[in-house]
Amino acid sequence: MGSQPSLSGTIAGERAEFTAAGSWTIEHVDVLQRLVEAAAPTVSRARALTINAAAIEELDTLGAWLLERLMRTTDGRGSEAGLVDLSDRYRGLFDKIHEVNRAPAAVPVVTSRPVAVLENVGRAALDVRTDLVVFLEMLAALAIAILRVLRHPQTFRLTSAVYHVFRVGWQAVPIILLITFLIGAIIAQQGIFHFRKFGAESYVVDMVGILVLRELGVLIVSIMVAGRSGSAYTAELGSMKMREEIDALRTMGFDPVEILILPRVLALVIALPILAFVGAMAALYGGGLVAWLYGGMSPEVFVARLREVVSVTHFEVGMIKAPFMALVIGVIACSEGLRVTGSAESLGHQTTVSVVKSIFLVIVLDGLFAVFFASIGM
Amino acid sequence: MQVSQAEAIIRVDDLVVGFDDQVVLDGLSLRVRRGEILGLVGASGGGKSVLLRTIIGLIPKRRGRIEVLGTSLDGAGPEQTRAIGRRWGILFQQGALFSSLTVLQNVQFPLRENLNLSPALLEELALAKLDMVGLTPNDGAKYPAQLSGGMTKRAALARALALDPEILFLDEPTSGLDPILAGEFDELIATLQQTLGLTVFMVTHDLDSLHTICDRVAALADGKIVALGSIATVLASEHPWVKAYFGGKRARLARAMH
Ligand SMILES: Nc1ncnc2c1ncn2[C@@H]1O[C@H](COP(=O)(O)OP(=O)(O)OP(=O)(O)O)[C@@H](O)[C@H]1O
Ligand SMILES: [Mg+2]
Repeated sequence: MGSQPSLSGTIAGERAEFTAAGSWTIEHVDVLQRLVEAAAPTVSRARALTINAAAIEELDTLGAWLLERLMRTTDGRGSEAGLVDLSDRYRGLFDKIHEVNRAPAAVPVVTSRPVAVLENVGRAALDVRTDLVVFLEMLAALAIAILRVLRHPQTFRLTSAVYHVFRVGWQAVPIILLITFLIGAIIAQQGIFHFRKFGAESYVVDMVGILVLRELGVLIVSIMVAGRSGSAYTAELGSMKMREEIDALRTMGFDPVEILILPRVLALVIALPILAFVGAMAALYGGGLVAWLYGGMSPEVFVARLREVVSVTHFEVGMIKAPFMALVIGVIACSEGLRVTGSAESLGHQTTVSVVKSIFLVIVLDGLFAVFFASIGM
Repeated sequence: MQVSQAEAIIRVDDLVVGFDDQVVLDGLSLRVRRGEILGLVGASGGGKSVLLRTIIGLIPKRRGRIEVLGTSLDGAGPEQTRAIGRRWGILFQQGALFSSLTVLQNVQFPLRENLNLSPALLEELALAKLDMVGLTPNDGAKYPAQLSGGMTKRAALARALALDPEILFLDEPTSGLDPILAGEFDELIATLQQTLGLTVFMVTHDLDSLHTICDRVAALADGKIVALGSIATVLASEHPWVKAYFGGKRARLARAMH
């Protein structure tokens, strides 16, 4: 559409005269850019510039801006430049463009490299502190919400809590069963394979039993719950934050912590121990199956040996940890959700942060518990 | 570039659109002529946005034909869709700016993706578009979440105008703007229409816009276009909803002023 644009002209002393012709439109952007760049050095030497635009057939904002830009490259920044004989049809557009981009460009703030490095270190240190503060604040807000709900039990969102237990608990059962079953089986297989070398196959039962009940069951399940439900919590609350739903709740006089967060965290605290128990059973089952099929140990022997070596303490140690893991996951997930700002990117970022942080803290917490239980002899 | 005034740039024939058991548009037909500004009015929830979104291919239709710029979007491949996408600009009711890009980057996006511009020109052109809609370079550095409602509208218009489109779809462009800005907005649209030969399809409730810049007005009620023509023609319509719409106190006031 439209004929090829052209731009030609001469400079005489301080006056430059150019003639523009053809289609100065976005379709010819490549040609136009070249034309204007080629003309710029000539024009910049002139004080006054006249562009004859009688032969311009089509003009759009891009073309108009390129002409305007050329005029601004003259010595006096376009003060003595003019466009003549432009068809009336395009006058309005050109006048509009003539007004544009007049404000002086903002000067970007430049910081030297060492200062920037120091600044980053400082910010990182502050971030760690903020993280801690945010976590504690959420914990405190939850505690307050719990106290309030205890005083007025009718305000508790039972339906919501039940719904979340269903979502994070019941719906997670199949995948938890599958993964823990496989892990139990793998541990048993590896144990048998290596213990066989010194004829200690029957100790596989000790290993599987203690490891699964004390540590792995709850740890694996917590990590899976952090990835599966923690991320969902963060994304949900984050998008509510983005659409100002949380602000709306607040202005109506409701406490978002009580309405949105308490049921979610409580659901996790209820569901995670159950999932950990289910997971531990599935892992034992997987271990037993492998011991039977691969190690040739009959199920009766496996169960009898399990009874001998595994005391209730091991089971208790595992189960005591579960609600704390749930609390950490829930609090992190919800507080990260509330830290989402307006952009889609921050939603993604906060969800990642939530999962990474809760998995990290779950493992740290497990370590602390190990120290604690060892010190009290459990 | 001589085109006959009557050439239809958007043709909609016998369009039916619905969701589940709700029929929103029921056998709607409409022609938008090249170079005109068409204002679409209709009750809130009457299907104006649905019509706009169906024309640009975002909502599937149950029946009917839609042709934009002489091509039908039915069964168009990605290349065709993209080619058409270069030739129209859309201002969504909620702005629909990309939230992880700054305002300036939002405007640069279509330019960057479709044209081969030098970085300096890219920046200047985007700033020029922002300036045209009344935003400063300072606003350009902000993210969409940091904008006021009216600024969001203007930034979205700047993005819609980025490629100097042939058709501009506007969904309530002046709602949420103060009267001065709304007036400037109308003026800008009118200037662009006159100089670029732009076709504008505008959903609006702004009676001033209807009176001052719209060449024709279409009234949507009961899923059909019930009145179409110059504002005077539509005002003379006997359709009860149209009468109620333009017979209200506010409408009479606006008319008295024009
Ligand atoms: N994605 C969707 N799914 C189901 N129903 C929808 C959807 N989008 C719109 N609707 C329904 O279609 C009808 C028309 O909506 P539309 O958004 O077109 O209204 P409108 O005329 O633009 O109103 P307003 O002036 O308030 O913007 C409404 O009843 C709405 O609920
Ligand atoms: Mg709408």
